[in-house]
Amino acid sequence: MPRAFVPKVATSNHLRDGDVIYFARPGWTRDLARASVAMTEEAAKELLREASQFPLETVGVVLIDVDMSSGAPAPTHFRELFRTRGPSNYFHGKQAENVQL
Amino acid sequence: MTRIVTTDGFGPDPLAHLTPVPLDSYGDGGALLLAVDDDLSEVARHFASLELIVVPFASSADGRGFSLAADLRALGYLGHLRARGHVLVDQFRAALRCGFDDVEISAEQAARNPESQWRAIAMTPGYRSAVFGAPSDALPRPHARLAEG
Amino acid sequence: MYSYSDFDSAFVRARTAEFRDQVARRLDGSLTEDEFKPLRLMNGLYLQLHAYMLRVAIPYGTLRGAQMRKLAEIADRWDKGYGHFTTRQNIQFNWPKLCDVPDILDALADVQMHAIQTSGNCIRNVTADHFAGAVADEVEDPRITAELIRQWSTDHPEFAYLPRKFKIAVTGTEQDRAVIRFHDIGLRLRRRDGQIGYQVVIGGGLGRSPMIGKVVRDFLPKPELLPYLEAILRTYNLSGRRDNKYKARIKILVHETGLAALKAKIEQNFATQKRLLPDVSPQLVARIEQGFAPPDFDTRPLVSHRPGPGLRAFIDTNTTPHKRDDHVIVTVSLKPIGGTPGDATSDQMRALADLAQAYGYDELRISHEQNVILPHVHRNDLPAVYAGLRDAGLATANVGLVSDIIACPGMDYCALATARSIPVAQEISRAFAEIDAQHDIGPLKIKISGCINACGHHHVGHIGILGLDKAGVENYQLTLGGDGTQEATIGTRTGPGFAYDQIVPAVTRLIHAYLRLRTAPDETFLQTYRRVGIAPFKTALYEAENAAAA
Repeated sequence: MPRAFVPKVATSNHLRDGDVIYFARPGWTRDLARASVAMTEEAAKELLREASQFPLETVGVVLIDVDMSSGAPAPTHFRELFRTRGPSNYFHGKQAENVQL
Repeated sequence: MTRIVTTDGFGPDPLAHLTPVPLDSYGDGGALLLAVDDDLSEVARHFASLELIVVPFASSADGRGFSLAADLRALGYLGHLRARGHVLVDQFRAALRCGFDDVEISAEQAARNPESQWRAIAMTPGYRSAVFGAPSDALPRPHARLAEG
Repeated sequence: MYSYSDFDSAFVRARTAEFRDQVARRLDGSLTEDEFKPLRLMNGLYLQLHAYMLRVAIPYGTLRGAQMRKLAEIADRWDKGYGHFTTRQNIQFNWPKLCDVPDILDALADVQMHAIQTSGNCIRNVTADHFAGAVADEVEDPRITAELIRQWSTDHPEFAYLPRKFKIAVTGTEQDRAVIRFHDIGLRLRRRDGQIGYQVVIGGGLGRSPMIGKVVRDFLPKPELLPYLEAILRTYNLSGRRDNKYKARIKILVHETGLAALKAKIEQNFATQKRLLPDVSPQLVARIEQGFAPPDFDTRPLVSHRPGPGLRAFIDTNTTPHKRDDHVIVTVSLKPIGGTPGDATSDQMRALADLAQAYGYDELRISHEQNVILPHVHRNDLPAVYAGLRDAGLATANVGLVSDIIACPGMDYCALATARSIPVAQEISRAFAEIDAQHDIGPLKIKISGCINACGHHHVGHIGILGLDKAGVENYQLTLGGDGTQEATIGTRTGPGFAYDQIVPAVTRLIHAYLRLRTAPDETFLQTYRRVGIAPFKTALYEAENAAAA
């Protein structure tokens, strides 16, 4: 039996400040919850292709797994969870900033 | 169509009449297309007939070409030395310092990195020549050839 | 201290201008990210998990007060008010913006500093014994050699695109505080028949395949150093593997080629290099030597003072004998209980600068153990230095003890990390916060890496901790018995790893096992381990789990 497709979003770091960003058609957001989600393999390929068209805003674009059980995309891996927050030793990064864009 | 780059910018190939060939098919045609794993002592046996050695740069991250050039000069090669392939504008100065005479880049790269970018690279001397007095870092061009035996 | 020549200054300014132009070209699209990346790395600029990170070189770990003050200013103006001192005697700023980096580099150039070659596949910042110039049994100050290598390796046209990064360390004493056996090249100054030279060690390293360096020359006369280094580097550049980044370090080349065959190649190349590279000019040597001449030591007679318990404990743990009886070396711990190993706030940096200028001949060192050193302090000034450190929150008396932990940034910052390391260090230090208990445990080096690259040197920790991603969960492997000194030993893995919430209890069990196993209070953890072997420690580590499973 083929494994069920895990929903994906496209993520990168912003060229100017390095902050974690997510592709939200037609541009980018700093808030994972607002990212565009691909629900199929085909849609994921298309998402990555579209997200890769911004060399002056992004540094490297990759797809990551997300959990859609709450309705909005949420991280499945601890690394991605940390990327939505910032470091654990100081209250710096996204956790300290208003990420609504 | 590739481009030849010197400190003067893009120019004609002064050695266009030569056709570089790999080491195993080299007779005495004057031009060699080096492979990065060629044995340089083998190459050195042909120095008397060689006018041009082309050193390939498969990727700008692969720095073997710099050592090959420096080693060829160290072994006493006095002819023309050309870097061919993916050499960044920002590697141009290092290439010349290692003993290359010019760089041959693709038309695609020449379009992205116009002549002005190459000419803007300051050819100031580096630590090797200015502080340590090493001959292979002597600038401006043409560099001092390593003529001593 | 070495002061820039006109050439050094012009070079650093030119590089800053060049990087400013490269940043502009990246932002206007004429450089692609693939092309820009090696250029920014060559200038110390990484992209980490949450932001860019700028790694600033502190050559051989030596700083003047004004330089430390400038680092504080950078932390305040362009970062978040702190900096992280690394296991390679550098400092990292965790939050710079790309467009600000050229300005930061200009600010560094104002105090003769830069971020050149702190990253990328080039010859990295040269490290040296952090007690250089202050200990008694030194053949010569290793920073003289390190500075010579800095100048030789800076912007070297041939060695900027090596198969992989390349690290060189120098020590001037038999006792090795510079971890030379775990560097790509390690140099130990020695004297033979009245002549100064080097023992040259190559192919050491940590990372995925830890290896102890091998002696390629037992005695290399001093004047032959640079041509010999050129020969090693050229051999490596041409023959090192480029097909697999995990097999690209020179240690793998040494391992796969064999020392004898590789040495033959190096020596053959050396014969040519020796002929071509002129001897280093006596003027340059004199200029560098002058830069590291001892300070004009204060000869005030010693005044006896009766230290209070705080100062007493501080003197016990944080000072080391100096080559002069009336001075000591003070190690300032950047490992407060519950703190981030190696971090200093801008206020703390300024306090250190003030103390160095008032009581330390304007000299500071950064150690690979992520502490700061005042290498020359007159004994009469110890109470004042201690008071100043205490006011700045820098008087933690734990150097060499269980809470003096080395930790890489791990997954709190690093894009390569597979697990966090900082919170593990914080929790261990909290678990052993009681200073008397720390003294009872005695000398113990715990080193934590958040990935296989081993920036936290876990292979050479008496207790090493390696954080991994095991099926999507943080998991920590333990190694025991590692030693980065002249006795160079790679730690042995204990067995299965531990979950994030189980690793600190596991370390605690190890330490309690040691306390039970030692024959006397002065038998150290490492001595006990060497005497009894790994078995009793494994029992202590896994018995609870095994009992539960039974």
